[in-house]
Amino acid sequence: MTSATTRPASDYPPGGDAFRHRDLTGIAQLAPWEISYILDAAEQWVELNRSGAAKHDDALKGLTIINAFFENSTRTLLSFEIAGKRLGADVVNMHAAQSSVKKGETLIDTAMTLNAMRADAIVIRHSASGAVQLIADKVDCPVLNAGDGRHEHPTQALLDALTIRRRKGKVEGLTVAICGDVLHSRVARSNILALTLLGNDVRVVAPPTLIPPALDRMHAVPFTDMDEGLKGADVVMMLRLQNERMDGAYLPSAREYHALYALTPQRLEKAKPDAIVMHPGPMNRGVEIDSSIADDPVRSTITEQVEMGVAVRMACLDILTRRKRGVPGWN
Amino acid sequence: MELKPLLIANARLLGGASGSLLAVGGRIAAIDPAERPEGTETVDAKGQWLAPGIIDLGVFATDKPAFHFGGITRAALMPDSGPLDGAGLVERAAKGGKPDLWVHPLAAATKGLAGRELAEIGLMKGAGARAVATGRGRIADAGVMRRVLSYAASLGLTVIAHAEDEGLTHGAVATDGEMATRLGLASAPAIAEAMAIARDLLLVEETGAPLHIRQVTTRRGFDLIRAAKATGLPVTCGITPAHLFLSDTAMGDFRTFARLSPPLRSEDDRRACLAAIADGTIDVLASGHDPRGPEDKRLPFAEALPGMAGAETLLAMGLQLVRDGHATPARLFDLLAANPAKLLGLDAGTLAVGAEADLILIDDGTPWQVDAKKMAAWAGNTPFDGMPMQGRATMLWKGGVRIR
Repeated sequence: MTSATTRPASDYPPGGDAFRHRDLTGIAQLAPWEISYILDAAEQWVELNRSGAAKHDDALKGLTIINAFFENSTRTLLSFEIAGKRLGADVVNMHAAQSSVKKGETLIDTAMTLNAMRADAIVIRHSASGAVQLIADKVDCPVLNAGDGRHEHPTQALLDALTIRRRKGKVEGLTVAICGDVLHSRVARSNILALTLLGNDVRVVAPPTLIPPALDRMHAVPFTDMDEGLKGADVVMMLRLQNERMDGAYLPSAREYHALYALTPQRLEKAKPDAIVMHPGPMNRGVEIDSSIADDPVRSTITEQVEMGVAVRMACLDILTRRKRGVPGWN
Repeated sequence: MELKPLLIANARLLGGASGSLLAVGGRIAAIDPAERPEGTETVDAKGQWLAPGIIDLGVFATDKPAFHFGGITRAALMPDSGPLDGAGLVERAAKGGKPDLWVHPLAAATKGLAGRELAEIGLMKGAGARAVATGRGRIADAGVMRRVLSYAASLGLTVIAHAEDEGLTHGAVATDGEMATRLGLASAPAIAEAMAIARDLLLVEETGAPLHIRQVTTRRGFDLIRAAKATGLPVTCGITPAHLFLSDTAMGDFRTFARLSPPLRSEDDRRACLAAIADGTIDVLASGHDPRGPEDKRLPFAEALPGMAGAETLLAMGLQLVRDGHATPARLFDLLAANPAKLLGLDAGTLAVGAEADLILIDDGTPWQVDAKKMAAWAGNTPFDGMPMQGRATMLWKGGVRIR
């Protein structure tokens, strides 16, 4: 976008070691300048993706990327697949439903198998917190976390940060309200980490049954009143509410949730007049968010987030494979 | 083969004054004997500590190499594998360690440890059970627990209970706090323990039956136990070194060796555990020995099974409590031997004349390092992997017979 969105070089540490990790398992491992570095790198891929028919780069030509998804996903898988292919890599998808995981093979054995196939990067989604770290410790190539349990979903937080930065011109000093099922959400955890690290005020707005303990230790402020939580917010980030949460254990009903916590035009008025509305998708229209907001091109960034997702994932795949590809300065 | 009299000379008894001990016929015959019987075999302890063999209250496997490494001569076996809910099973488990280790099976409190019907506690007592246990979980139904307590008490047996409220801890693998939230692990509030203890203490008050809570790990839990003891209720409690030396930060990087039941607690609760050692609230220090192979532990944290291999580190961690000033050597051996013996009704666990000559020599200064890959236990799932230790058992006698 404009030059104002690009961080000055002085923000990076001296010596050019801009990203010192083999894997991207979580935002928790990152320093602020590393987040900025990825976001800056993603900008060029946004341009490429918008450049008509020639949306292709050969940076990762000849590399094999395995997308190992042990949990169902359409959007994230597609996003990673497109990101890999736009960079010229050979991308292979492995779905849990088709794999030997169902036949009782352990996660470690599956990881060893993927490793033996000499992948150059592995993208993993799994339903258990910590599963991606477990695999990363056993393989020889870079591992990208595409979501593990309720732990982290780092590329989602990065694409959200990029979306905010492009819309607001900055991603610091803002008030961000993260609303919905935070307890079970890896998206919320990664976003809390990333946004607080970058210097924003982060609020969590949710029913008390869906707020995780010790949030103050993560520098997020909890609100159980939606109107209070939205007051003066620059960014309203909605989370998807899983249907199984509404069976009475955590919430009485979808109807009651909508009455107390759905983002309606009336509620959105409590936020700043230029506040943007984000959602990681897929949306439950009429449950956590009203269609009139979701479809409002001025307020809603939902499709833009999808677009930034591809660019951020291209940036991550590019950066994490630089050592392997012998890019000068990366060894 | 006739057992020769044994004289252990030049030893520091219970880590205190220098002295010697004479064992004849498998029992302790004299402390600092004036003369020795003919044919006495003499061992020069060279200033090492002489202590009763450790009586490990509440282990989940009969793992002889680990017990012998750790100076453990008797182990009270939890009823979970089996489960030990019948006289025949108890009798067989009791034979599992002979001749060089005594296994004291704990009788399952309910059939199949299901928490519904009373198990044949009387018949199991006849087969060698010396106490009753609820297993890894507690008995959820207060009515059943009440009947278990009064029934076991009528047979002279203590009930060993687990203290976690299953409603609060359902699905949880960690204690509420920053660690659990950052790692994205399902967690339960620490009060789940105190809630379970409160119920059981009221039942003890009601029935007058003796109760031992195998692991108390929270400040609120100790407050309740302390108050109950002050009013004279027949209640005791125990702990393992894990909750004394580690807090929930040990779960960082999803280390499944730190997945325990109850889960590791906050630093504040850990300090409360140390205070409860120092003020005498805790009666028993046990290993909770529960070896688990990679098929149970090399998994995502929440899918891994809880438990630690603790037999080898129990003594060294106990000695650390002494070095840190939380316990005197004499108090340590009360925790490790005398109190468990009392609870099980054993004529052992002390250096008193007439007691069984289950003895260990301890070099309290030897430094060593825990290495999960080189454990004597059949699995190396220790949360203390890599930690430096000091002190280990160098010799071990069971009933006056040298085992190692």
